[in-house]
Amino acid sequence: MMMKRWLLAIAAMMASATLAVANDWGMGDANSKIPPSSIFSPVSTPASDISTLAFFVLAITGAIFLIVGGLIVYSIVRFRARADDDGREPPQVYGSNPIEFAWTTVPIIIVFVLILITARTIYTVQAAARPPGAIAVRVIGHQWWWEFQYPELGIVTANELHVPLSDPKNPTPTFLVLESADVAHSFWVPRLAGKTDVIPNHKNTMWIDPHQAGTFLGQCAEFCGTEHAMMLLRVIVEPRGDFQKWAAAEKQAPVQDASVARGRALFESTACVSCHTIRGTQATGTFGPDLTHLMSRETLGAGVAMNTPEHLKIWVHDPEEMKPGALMPAMNLEQKDLDGLVAYLATLK
Amino acid sequence: MAGSIEHPIALGADREQVSLPLLGSVHEWVVTVDHKRLGMMYIGGGLVFFVIAGLQAATIRLQLAIPEAGIVAPQVFNRLLTVHGTAMVFLVGMPVLTGFLNYLVPLMIGARDLAFPRLNAFGFWLWLFGSLLLYFSYIGGDGLYGAGSAPDVGWFAYAPLTERAFSRGNSTDYWILSILLTSVGSTATAINLLTSIFCMRCEGMTLRKMPVLVWLAAVVSFLMCVALPPLSAAQIMLLLDRFLGAHFFDTQAGGSAILWQHFFWIFGHPEVYILVFPAFAFANEIIPVFSRKVIFGYSVMVAASCAIAIISLSVWAHHMFSVGMAPAGNAFFAASTMLVSVPTGIKIFNWIGTMWGGKIRFRVPMLFSVAFLVQFLIAGLTGIMLGVAPFDWQLTDTYFVVAHFHYVLIGAIIFMIFAAIYYWFPKATGKMLSERLGKWHFWLFLIGFHMTFDTMHFAGMRGMPRRIYTYQPGRGLDTLNLIESVGVIFQAAGVLILLINVIRSIRSGEPAGDDPWDAWTLEWSTSSPPPEYNFATLPVVRSRRPLWDLKHPEDPDWKYE
Repeated sequence: MMMKRWLLAIAAMMASATLAVANDWGMGDANSKIPPSSIFSPVSTPASDISTLAFFVLAITGAIFLIVGGLIVYSIVRFRARADDDGREPPQVYGSNPIEFAWTTVPIIIVFVLILITARTIYTVQAAARPPGAIAVRVIGHQWWWEFQYPELGIVTANELHVPLSDPKNPTPTFLVLESADVAHSFWVPRLAGKTDVIPNHKNTMWIDPHQAGTFLGQCAEFCGTEHAMMLLRVIVEPRGDFQKWAAAEKQAPVQDASVARGRALFESTACVSCHTIRGTQATGTFGPDLTHLMSRETLGAGVAMNTPEHLKIWVHDPEEMKPGALMPAMNLEQKDLDGLVAYLATLK
Repeated sequence: MAGSIEHPIALGADREQVSLPLLGSVHEWVVTVDHKRLGMMYIGGGLVFFVIAGLQAATIRLQLAIPEAGIVAPQVFNRLLTVHGTAMVFLVGMPVLTGFLNYLVPLMIGARDLAFPRLNAFGFWLWLFGSLLLYFSYIGGDGLYGAGSAPDVGWFAYAPLTERAFSRGNSTDYWILSILLTSVGSTATAINLLTSIFCMRCEGMTLRKMPVLVWLAAVVSFLMCVALPPLSAAQIMLLLDRFLGAHFFDTQAGGSAILWQHFFWIFGHPEVYILVFPAFAFANEIIPVFSRKVIFGYSVMVAASCAIAIISLSVWAHHMFSVGMAPAGNAFFAASTMLVSVPTGIKIFNWIGTMWGGKIRFRVPMLFSVAFLVQFLIAGLTGIMLGVAPFDWQLTDTYFVVAHFHYVLIGAIIFMIFAAIYYWFPKATGKMLSERLGKWHFWLFLIGFHMTFDTMHFAGMRGMPRRIYTYQPGRGLDTLNLIESVGVIFQAAGVLILLINVIRSIRSGEPAGDDPWDAWTLEWSTSSPPPEYNFATLPVVRSRRPLWDLKHPEDPDWKYE
């Protein structure tokens, strides 16, 4: 009877846990096409320098683990009290200075080597000179999304950083200047570089030179409030030509499509404009992401959902459904207006 | 002179056993200034919070068991992780460990109480009410804004997330006041322990003849006196920011976010050693007794502890490798961090040296101690990895760090707290804990611990940051997280068995006798439980192991020390 009640309770708990699984808005499928963001599969110099150093450190610490762990296991097996023990106390050994000296000196030597090799990598990564062909990007962390500005190219975008492939012979690395609009964040794309904090009132810099094209996932790594978990980012590495094509398209103001004029009028006459910018319109807000080329982005809400018109409708209607705590308010539009508005947004290619 | 220590006299047993009505006995505990009762209240109170904060951790793991689970809302999750972390450090680690030191130090130095018994009681009550404030925030944190409930800023509460603009309501204020109070209580305890150790040792116990545990208690107290004030200062600055319009950490008005990090970690890193030294101290008593050998390299052990304490004051910024320090700063803190591993290694080697050539008895306290040795070794090695600044740029703020510090806090500290409970419970209650249940507790907890925390290293190296309320599917994190969560069931079962074991033993445990482990330090020379005044006549000692001298008059320690 008791047993049955317990089983029922467990079954009920498991059922409610399954129900509690929220929609992943298509992100699961999209993510599985991208390899996991392992720090040991680097595709950029800072990450590979770190990975090389990490393997060296793992080898040393692994060897220490085997030796010391082995000594512990040996001593508990070899010196365990036996069943036929005579009950006499073992010989009391109070210590030995030569032995103490040995196990002090050897670790000091190991530590010395580690310090030198660590310092070398610190300087090669942090003090790298900036070559003339480098791309400059200003990264601004917001609760809970990323703003990317390309001051030399006149581009502003969000959450998806496009950078050119860097050819080792003719490197075109990307140098990032990191700033925050509110609280502390941290910029982290494991396969490209270690993380660098994004701190208000404090400019930081970092650089990447990806030598493999593709999409690399990252996310905010410093706790920054309610939606810290969904402050995702992706870096899209493209061959030079594709990057230039993308940059040229981003620079254009969006094409005015007469068929969605009503949606555009709605956008310009509601609260949207106080937070968002769409170049060539009256919308010049800077609190939220720049929407000029919204549809050129793969995801919505800093990576919380795939960017489709259906998801856009849900998002505009009430962002809480996808990202509880997001700072954008629910727009409370009537269905007709919502359709019109999203139809307009969908033209922002 | 070999038998110069007074023979055990159990005057406590002579006392009339008056059974007080419930209210009377509660009153006795409330007004007590006895270091043993206060010690047990610290430990008992800490264990209550351990269960509560542990259940919060279990909820966290339930939410993370599968991707995109919706068991708790994001903000509820953030409150859970903040309160879990804060509670485990200030409401569990500190009181349980200082509770043991409170209980043991006077007994081990042959004193009748600590130097300032009333200060001791004052410290306990400050701690208790400070602790209650943290949990009271769940009710009172709302303030006038309807925005609050419990703090949700993380246990190290990085500025400016804690400023008025980002943390409305009073939840952060409860966090500040709670820790402020418990810190003042801890500082009082530290001063008390230091004074007692330096002024109240029994005749013959020179500094070089103190048990290693007492040495470590002194080192810990020193660290508490040095490390806690910066935290209190920072919290008062934050209060000024929040209530009086100061701008220390208010970046919107030109304040510095990094200043808070420096203040916090100048406290935060020594805090790790404040928590781990008592664990070392327990190991220093338990490993020799169950190996039947004197501690190997006493002076080196003590020197290594002092070295760790001093170096630990200069490593704080290794928590900040990613804030954008200059290369020279990063290199300095990497070097000082790695330097700590030298004296730490010496301690591990000396424990192995103590077991070497012994006759090791695998009773429950020793099982936990051996697991501690291996786990602390791993924690130390992952600590070296994190000390390698560039490696840390990848690992910091990920589940690798979560795994590393839980290896220290659970794998080393909680394991040694369990060992200490099994070891000294007979002294405190006069009853033995069940060996059979103890082994169940050990194995279940060991399996659960490794399921949960070994896998976290890999999640971190695969790009999983800490403090995220969920993660998306398809990132190669699902299986690891599921294993981590299943491990919680085993750990919870282990703790449940401990609680059953304690309750059963208090009711009907085997009588322990004064010296159940055939041990060597002074606390085992008095009755179990010891009388209020500890010793009928104050003992006189000639060596570090007075009871060894008593038991082996033909081969006493004092000839060799």
